[in-house]
Amino acid sequence: MNRIEGRVKVTGLATYAAEYPIESVAYAYPVQSLVAKGRVVRVHDAEAREMPGVLAVLSCADPPRLAEDADPELALFQSGDVAYRGQIVAAVVADTYENARAAAAAVRVEYDPDDHDVTLRTGHPGFYRPDVVNPNYPADTVKGDVEAGLAGAAVSVDVTYSTPVLHNNPMEPHAAMAVWDPEGRLLVYDSTQGASPDRDTIAQTLGLPREDVRVVSRHVGGGFGSKGSTRPHAVLAALAARAAGRPVKIALTRHQMFDVTGYRTPTIQRLRLGADAGGRLTAVEHLAYEQTSTLVEFAEQTATPARVMYATPALRTAHRLVRLDVATPSWMRAPGECPGMYALESAMDELACALGMDPVELRVVNDADAEPESGLPFSSRNLVLCLREGARRFGWRDRDPEPGVRREGEWLVGTGVAASTYPARRRPATAFAFVRDDDYVVQVAAADIGTGARTALTRIAAETLGVAPGRVHLELGDSDLPDAPVAGGSMGTSSWGSAVVRACEELKEDGKEGRADTTDEIKGDAKLARHAFGAQFAEVRVSSVTGEIRVPRLLGVFAAGRIVDGKLARSQFIGGMTMGLGMALMEETLTDEEFGGFLRRDLAQYHVPACADVPHVEAVWLDEQDGELNPMGSKGIGEIGIVGTAAAIGNAVHHATGHRVRELPITPGSILSRF
Amino acid sequence: MDITLKVNGTPRAVDVDPRMSLLDLLRERLGLIGAKKGCDHGQCGACTVIIDGRRANACLALAVAVDGSEVTTVEGLAEGDDLHPLQEAFIEHDAFQCGYCTPGQLCSAVGMLGEPGPSAVTGDLVVDPDLTPEEIRERMSGNLCRCGAYVNIVSAIGEAAP
Repeated sequence: MNRIEGRVKVTGLATYAAEYPIESVAYAYPVQSLVAKGRVVRVHDAEAREMPGVLAVLSCADPPRLAEDADPELALFQSGDVAYRGQIVAAVVADTYENARAAAAAVRVEYDPDDHDVTLRTGHPGFYRPDVVNPNYPADTVKGDVEAGLAGAAVSVDVTYSTPVLHNNPMEPHAAMAVWDPEGRLLVYDSTQGASPDRDTIAQTLGLPREDVRVVSRHVGGGFGSKGSTRPHAVLAALAARAAGRPVKIALTRHQMFDVTGYRTPTIQRLRLGADAGGRLTAVEHLAYEQTSTLVEFAEQTATPARVMYATPALRTAHRLVRLDVATPSWMRAPGECPGMYALESAMDELACALGMDPVELRVVNDADAEPESGLPFSSRNLVLCLREGARRFGWRDRDPEPGVRREGEWLVGTGVAASTYPARRRPATAFAFVRDDDYVVQVAAADIGTGARTALTRIAAETLGVAPGRVHLELGDSDLPDAPVAGGSMGTSSWGSAVVRACEELKEDGKEGRADTTDEIKGDAKLARHAFGAQFAEVRVSSVTGEIRVPRLLGVFAAGRIVDGKLARSQFIGGMTMGLGMALMEETLTDEEFGGFLRRDLAQYHVPACADVPHVEAVWLDEQDGELNPMGSKGIGEIGIVGTAAAIGNAVHHATGHRVRELPITPGSILSRF
Repeated sequence: MDITLKVNGTPRAVDVDPRMSLLDLLRERLGLIGAKKGCDHGQCGACTVIIDGRRANACLALAVAVDGSEVTTVEGLAEGDDLHPLQEAFIEHDAFQCGYCTPGQLCSAVGMLGEPGPSAVTGDLVVDPDLTPEEIRERMSGNLCRCGAYVNIVSAIGEAAP
């Protein structure tokens, strides 16, 4: 169905975090560290304090009081220590945006710098094994004898891939507006993927009881993970508003976003695969090397999809981290699965080539009837059907496997395939439903970051109540509503939806109202492997003259349980695939080895796909029945679309040109240098 | 500095900071939040408005430089309760997800439909080209959408184009 908030979005009336009309609001503008490691010695702010309209300057010279156990990324101005270039070391509050910006530029910070190390590289002496990787998986797993499996293999590959720093870059820059009331209670309009956890973190950081903090975020201009945890701008807005004695808004600039709103860690991944002559895997080894900061350990679960994908008698996965003088990496769409499946699915293509076997068939013969690492049965697994349906729709049967032989003028043409997967989980949530006049109000502190949550939950409530969607008024995006988990991990609809269904069931029974808390229900879920699967097909054209790579066709076929709403789901899938195209061909943030921090900190240099880059993206899905998920029978769909796209495109580039590029992004330069 | 301009048909007289962009004037002074700030550098198109009949990035225009101009923002596209055909088509084709680039996409599309002449993908440079999907994609590539709604944006514009 059409988005419920469609009308306010197309008329410009939807209010994002920085857009609520508030009387006498002031503006905060951050000052960022110019060194990658060291200490702030002195903050010269006398000139800034004298500038027009300046209300306050915040820095470690006069630390505002925060909780001692605050997340180090949020513990603003608590010490002079600098952990990365771009870290917020001071801020100016002024009556207008122009005055705040000008005064921030006049603040001079003196540093005592140390030598820094910001480069993830093979053989780094600082690599260590984390205790667990996100969200709580073992860092390493071993099953069977990988060396024996490789030694006994008819064909094997040993390949290393790398992926760069990637930035989420939602269209709405992170913003917050903070308003203190006379009783010391705080209202924050924040761009967040979860009002309840954001409220909790802000309260904890400021040392306030959570009843004294309210977070409102009715519309969020994308997040893709970067708004999934509280970011320093929200804390800064609260501190600045307290210091200035009036409401304060802060909207980060696009440049500032690159430094303080998270990013996907770069990865170096080594894959060793062995197979018998029939293509059956004899061994799989997936090693992932990645970075974290000196402040917080963030361990991306990059090698975990190998624990899910293919049947093999020998399987080893391992993660190694190194702490660098960089900002802490964070969540970006399909953390773990996205970079991990790029490498695994590229290696599977290399194995298919080495075997002389069709890459669809290679995946089919290695389909698993139980989760390879855990041995758990799947609640449902329809990877093979996705591959078969995709092959049929894409016209795969007529494909000539020979690489580098299809030429149309200057263009080399090729096709590629890769599999997708993403876990199907849910978390406890609460909801409240009641009758108002002749209609129904359903409340849950969910977030609609563009996923269509408002619409999907309305539909779920209406179906449960047996009424038209128009009679359901769904309220979300406010921490005063019943607590709900973050929009992340493709768990939003399954978590919130479960609570909405239960609340509406109770309302139906009661006639007046219904309240739900799914904590106990979820504790009772059977122990099963729950994952969505998919298959992606790409056609590419590579110019033999310029190295330009075009993607005339992308097709994704997904098996993700029951699809709650076809129109919204298709948008999620094609959106993920479009972001995957960007990952394959253009997205890359460079790390500045000399000065620390990131380079390409804007949208003119960090290229995301534009309209002309995306001529034809098609997503379809199977009718998958799975009674072991949640009351809707749905698996999450926000992330699986980006999983596998880059591998499918990279595999197609190999098919077109005969050249295997193992470093993302695959650019004209990286192709031309091989011709 | 005192300037006057017409915004969505209404004359406005404002005293502006000479450093203020048209975008900040609309958003912070005139209460028109439809034009969005995505990059403030003319790189994303979220702030696209129509200045004297031509689409433009409001972040790249200083407020003082549009003194005397007529500006149309996304708030000015509908006629009362009747949405502009492009607005209707965007809803129907699900041509947005988060909605943050949408006002810019809409203003850009309105401006684009009024622009004659060839583009970089036009074969014959002499006659006005048909508005094929390829032409729409080329002409709309100044407006980024991170949610990846491009294929729906192109079909919405294709349907709503006269």
